[in-house]
Amino acid sequence: MEWLGLYNYWVFAIVLMLGIYTVIAKGNLIKKLLGLSIFQSAVFLLYITMDKVDGGTAPIIEAGVSNQVFSNPLPQVLILTAIVVGISTMALGLAIVVRIKEAYGSIEEHEIQAKDEYR
Amino acid sequence: MALVIDLLSWSLLSIGGIFILIGGIGVLRLPEFYTRMHAASLTDSMGTILILVGIMLQSGASLATIKLIAILVFMLLTGPTATYALANAALLSGMKPGGSAAANGED
Amino acid sequence: MMVLFSVFLLTLLVITAIAIIRTTDLFVAVMLTGIFSLLMASVFFILDAADVALTEAAVGAGISTVLFLGALALTGHNERSLRPGRWLAVPVVVAAALIVYATFDNPRLGDPEAPVHQHVAPWYLEQTPELIDIPNVVTAILGSFRGYDTLGEVFVVLTAAIGVMMLLGTRHGSAASPVRPASASNGLRHHLIPRVLGRLLIPFIVLFGLYVQFHGEYGPGGGFQAGALVAAAIILYALLEGEGPALTVVPLSTIAAMMAGGALLYVLVGLAGIVLGGNFLDYSVLLSNPVSGQHLGILLIELGVGVTVCGCLLSIFHAFAARDIH
Repeated sequence: MEWLGLYNYWVFAIVLMLGIYTVIAKGNLIKKLLGLSIFQSAVFLLYITMDKVDGGTAPIIEAGVSNQVFSNPLPQVLILTAIVVGISTMALGLAIVVRIKEAYGSIEEHEIQAKDEYR
Repeated sequence: MALVIDLLSWSLLSIGGIFILIGGIGVLRLPEFYTRMHAASLTDSMGTILILVGIMLQSGASLATIKLIAILVFMLLTGPTATYALANAALLSGMKPGGSAAANGED
Repeated sequence: MMVLFSVFLLTLLVITAIAIIRTTDLFVAVMLTGIFSLLMASVFFILDAADVALTEAAVGAGISTVLFLGALALTGHNERSLRPGRWLAVPVVVAAALIVYATFDNPRLGDPEAPVHQHVAPWYLEQTPELIDIPNVVTAILGSFRGYDTLGEVFVVLTAAIGVMMLLGTRHGSAASPVRPASASNGLRHHLIPRVLGRLLIPFIVLFGLYVQFHGEYGPGGGFQAGALVAAAIILYALLEGEGPALTVVPLSTIAAMMAGGALLYVLVGLAGIVLGGNFLDYSVLLSNPVSGQHLGILLIELGVGVTVCGCLLSIFHAFAARDIH
């Protein structure tokens, strides 16, 4: 069945767009950050989907067993780095949101913009 | 002998799955918070034990079985603790057991 | 059979993502994000990416939830935004349809003839037993073949932690900060059962973190996962006993030393390569036997990565926890 081989990519497309929709349509700053983290996870899904080989196992070479089929290790290395970088930027974003809350008293976008217009 | 072990582990896994399904249905259908937690605690006691013992039978006597025993002990320690912490937090924040869901302010 | 499993998990992913968007209570959204990360980790494991699954579970489902909850405690957890115009959904749906149309050209899942499996990956899989001789190819690529990228990543984590420290500040007991109420730093003192169990389990969590750190060459594991696990153990201690005792156990000076020390160790290993006659981050010259040199190099840099990640996550947590709730 053809669609079984493509199902991962369709889920990637849907979750990607859900993440972007959250970032552009919701006004709450923490909701936007959550949408961003969903967006990042969708990208990870795309890369790790690309690394699977039929009949392969995780790329850990066992001594003495030859002719094993392995899944591709390269996207896994990229995504390992990406996950850690993603959480670093998320932590920094949360710190900025906390400071915005202390300065403006709210984390809703429309209230912050209204306050800014009066300055 | 292998057939007996297979049958046993199949039945344990299925019964564990049924317990988890019952727990899930209970969380959705029961009226208020404390009763729902009763249902959810099914999944971390009976469901965990049955499924992990079923997998242990499949993996025979190897290092994987010892790791599964460690996982079982860990989950039996932390699952009920999490349920306790949740119930305690709800009680301290004012939710009374036995009230209706509307009185407790939930959907 | 595995395909059905992954189809089921992926459908749950989409449902969880929709639930995160639709709920207005931010606390619920953060909990659902934790579930989302756990489902993602299971999907990664089914797709044969064991290291990535471990990292996503430890970092995404564990640390990220704690950080979001810490920020929620400071900002309040109900969403009061205006209803967005429905027209915003239209370009999003159009873009999703375009991507789905484009995916019909993609190689099918698991296709061994896909272009991504043709060029560099077979070279890595063949050369790792000869040049580096450790079983876990992902650690070999991360630590040795692409060690420069990992150096950059360690510095990104360090920069984020420094940024959070500058924004939220970690001054304790200074004259400028108001006196915090005693109950705020008491943790869960009057909850007996979590405290007993936490004290029982924390040594084992740290032990497991050390196992993952040093076993990263032979199985899934490595510096990032280990750093996140040890940081999670100390954060658990801080949540149970209160922030004061946690800062006595691992003081801020130790955390700062860990943050900087790990990155410094990594750079020193790289410079040692230059001093001993090779290139930057060339481990073959560290010992007389090139393969043993690679082992030593990877061990040292994974240690540096683990120490830095642990220190950075702890300092970010303390920065959030020390901020006064207005």
